[in-house]
Amino acid sequence: MDFFERFMIPHPSPAIYAAMVAIVLTSIAIVVGLTYFKKWGYLWREWITTVDHKKIGIMYLISALLMLFRGGVDALMMRAQTAVPENALLDAQHYNEIFTTHGIVMIIFMAMAFIIALMNFVIPLQIGARDVAFPRLNAVSFWLYFMGAMLFNLSFVIGGSPSSGWTSYFPLAGDELSPSVGTNYYMLALQISGLGTLITGINFIVTILKMRAPGMTLMKMPMFTWSGLITNVIIVFAFPVLTVALAMGTMDRLFATNFFTTTDGGMDMLWANLFWVWGHPEVYILILPAFGIYSEVISTFSRRNLYGYNSMVASMVIISLLSFVVWVHHFFTMGQGAMVNSIFSITTMAIAIPTGIKIFNWLLTMWKGKIQFTVPMLYSLGFIPIFTIGGVTGVMLGMSAADYQYHNTMFLVAHFHLVIIPGVVFAMIAGLTYWWPKMFGFMLNERIGRWAFGFIAGGTCLAFFPMFISGLDGQARRMYTYSESTGFGFWNMLSFIGALGLAVGFILIVYNIYYSTRYASRDIGDDPWNARSLEWATHNPVPEYNFAITPQVNSSQAFWDSKKNGHTLFKGGYKEIHMPNNSGVPFVMSVFFFIFGFAFVFSMWITAVVSLIGIFACMLHRSFEKDHGHHISVAEIERTESELRGARNE
Amino acid sequence: MKELFPIKHVMGFVFSLILTSVALLVYILDMSFALGLTILLITAFAQAALQLVVFMHAGESEDKGAIYTSVYYGIIIAVLTVFGTLLAMIWGYV
Repeated sequence: MDFFERFMIPHPSPAIYAAMVAIVLTSIAIVVGLTYFKKWGYLWREWITTVDHKKIGIMYLISALLMLFRGGVDALMMRAQTAVPENALLDAQHYNEIFTTHGIVMIIFMAMAFIIALMNFVIPLQIGARDVAFPRLNAVSFWLYFMGAMLFNLSFVIGGSPSSGWTSYFPLAGDELSPSVGTNYYMLALQISGLGTLITGINFIVTILKMRAPGMTLMKMPMFTWSGLITNVIIVFAFPVLTVALAMGTMDRLFATNFFTTTDGGMDMLWANLFWVWGHPEVYILILPAFGIYSEVISTFSRRNLYGYNSMVASMVIISLLSFVVWVHHFFTMGQGAMVNSIFSITTMAIAIPTGIKIFNWLLTMWKGKIQFTVPMLYSLGFIPIFTIGGVTGVMLGMSAADYQYHNTMFLVAHFHLVIIPGVVFAMIAGLTYWWPKMFGFMLNERIGRWAFGFIAGGTCLAFFPMFISGLDGQARRMYTYSESTGFGFWNMLSFIGALGLAVGFILIVYNIYYSTRYASRDIGDDPWNARSLEWATHNPVPEYNFAITPQVNSSQAFWDSKKNGHTLFKGGYKEIHMPNNSGVPFVMSVFFFIFGFAFVFSMWITAVVSLIGIFACMLHRSFEKDHGHHISVAEIERTESELRGARNE
Repeated sequence: MKELFPIKHVMGFVFSLILTSVALLVYILDMSFALGLTILLITAFAQAALQLVVFMHAGESEDKGAIYTSVYYGIIIAVLTVFGTLLAMIWGYV
C-alpha cells in the first residue's frame, strides 16, 4: 500500500470531510486566538505544567465535558438513523463506527475522566490535605489520559474509526475481519489512557491512606472519600487485566501472534473473558464514586447525617470483592455449561444486595429530613427510581436461563443505559453543580438547572423505556436498520424524541454555565450549601495550599461539628507551607506517548522507536532532577488569607 | 556482635539461592511436564513471598496492615480470576 494511502479514511462521507475541515479550522482558531491574546505563557505556566490537584481536576472536567458532547453527537446520530425503518442517513459501516466510538468515548473518556475530575478536586480537600501524595504523577496521569483520548478521536479523520463494538470482540476485531487501522487506534488509545488511570489509582490510594488530617480515622472519612478509596482499589486490581488483554490484542493485530485467533492454538473467546474480567469491575469503578456523591448530596440537602455509615462502608467493601466474580454474566450465551452460568447467576444476584442496602440507606437518610429541592438533590431524587428500574431489569438479565431471550437485544441496551445514565451521568451533573461554587467561586443558576434536569430525566425515560418493548419484540442491538414490517418504527421514533430531549437538557447545562459565568453573584461565602464536610471549610476560591492550617477532625462531619457543636477545626498559628513545583516533563512525556501511539497504529517503527527513546529520556531526566519544591512563607499566607477573607465581605 | 550480624538476611539470601537452583533442576533433569510445572509454581511463589518479606521489608513499617491487606486482596482476586477463567473457558465449557 502506498505510504499516504494508509492515512485515508477507508469509508469517507461528506460528514467526515466536513468534520475534517471543522477540526482544522478550530485548531487554527485556537492557535491564532492564543497568539493574539498572548495567552501561550499563561497556558503553559498555569495549566500545562501545573501539578495542583484542583487545576488538574478542572482540566479533567473540561476534557470530560468535551467528550460528553462527542459521544452525545454519536448517540444522536444513532437514534436519528434508527428513528424510521429503512433509513439511509448512515450506512452500515458508519453506524458500526459510531456505536463503537460512542461506547468507548462515553465510558473511557467521558465517565472515567469525570469521576477522576471530581476525585481530584474533592478528595484532597475532604481529607484536609494540601495535594495528592504524588502531584507530579497526577499530572502524568492527566496528560496520558488526554493524549489517549486525542489519539482515539484522531481515528475519525485519519485512517478510520474502530468498528467492532466497544467490546471489540475477537475474531471480529482481528486483522482479517477488521483490516483498517481503526482497531489499532482502539488498542493503543486505551492502553495509553489506561496507564494514566492506573497511576491515578495508586496515587489516590496512597493519598487517602497516608495524608488524612489528624484525627480522621478511616471510619471518620466522608462517604465520597470512602467511595474514592474503594474505587481506586478496584482500578488498581482491574486495569492490569485490560493492559494485558490490550497488549495481547495489539500483538495479534500487528505482529501476527495467535492469542485470540481461531487457529494455531488461539482462543478467541479469551478476549471476551479478559475484557469482562476488567469490564465488570469497571462498572463499579464508575458507579461507586457516583454513590459517594449521592451520599454527600442527600445528606447535605436532607439536613441530616448519613443514615447507616457503617453499612455504607461495608456494602462498598463487599461490592469491591463481588465485582470481581460476576464477569461471566456478560457472555452467558457463549457456550459455557449450565453449572458455570448458575454460579455466575448467583454471584450476580448477590451483588444486588449491597447495592440495595445503599438505596435503603439513602431513603432512610431522607426520612424525617428537611429536604431542600436544589438541583443536585433533584438529580439524586431522580436517580433512585430510574436506577432501580435499570437495576431490577439487570437482575432479569442476570438469570442465565432467561438471558437467552434478552441477550443482544435492545432490552439489554435499555437496561445498561438506565443504570449508567442515572448512576453516573446524573451523579456527575449533581456533583458538578454541588462543587461548582468551590471550583469557580459562583453558583450555577437554579432555575435553568431545574429545566435541564427536567429535560434530562424525562429524555432518559423516553429514550430508553421504549427499548424494553422493542427489545422483547426481538430488535437486536447494533442493527443499523430494520424493515417496516417489524413494527419497531414507533418505539424507535419515541427513543429518538427522548434523545432530542436529552440533547436539549445538555445544551441547557452549557447555557447555564455561560449564563451563570456572566450574571451569577460572586458574593456567596465559603459554604453556600450549608454543607457538612471539610472541603467547605476553606476559602472560595481555594488557595494553592488548600488549608492555611491543617484541620483537626473529630467525626465524619467535622465541618458541621465546627459550625453547630463548637468543635475547633483550626488550632495554632500559620506555619511555613511546603508545596511541589510545576513541571513540563509530564506534558512532554505524554506528547511522546501520543507520537508513539500514532506511530504504532500505522506501524511506523522508526518513529515509534524515536518516541520511545523520548519517553525514556523524560524518565531519566526525572530521575536525576533535583526538585525539592517551594516554600510559602508565613507572611505570604497571612496576605492571601486576609485577601480571601476580604473577598467574602464579612 | 550477634545483633550486628544480619542473620535473617543471610539466611534469606541462601534460601533464595536454594529456591533458584531447585527451579533450575527442572531444566537440567529430565522430568514430566506436570512435575516440572508444579516445582516451578511452588518455588516461584515461595521466592516471591521471601523477597517481599525479607528484602522488601513488608512487615517492618507502620503500614504493615495496609501492605498485607493489599497482598491478600491481590491474591484472592488473582486466584478467583484464574480459576473463574478456567471454569468458564475450559472446565465448564460444553
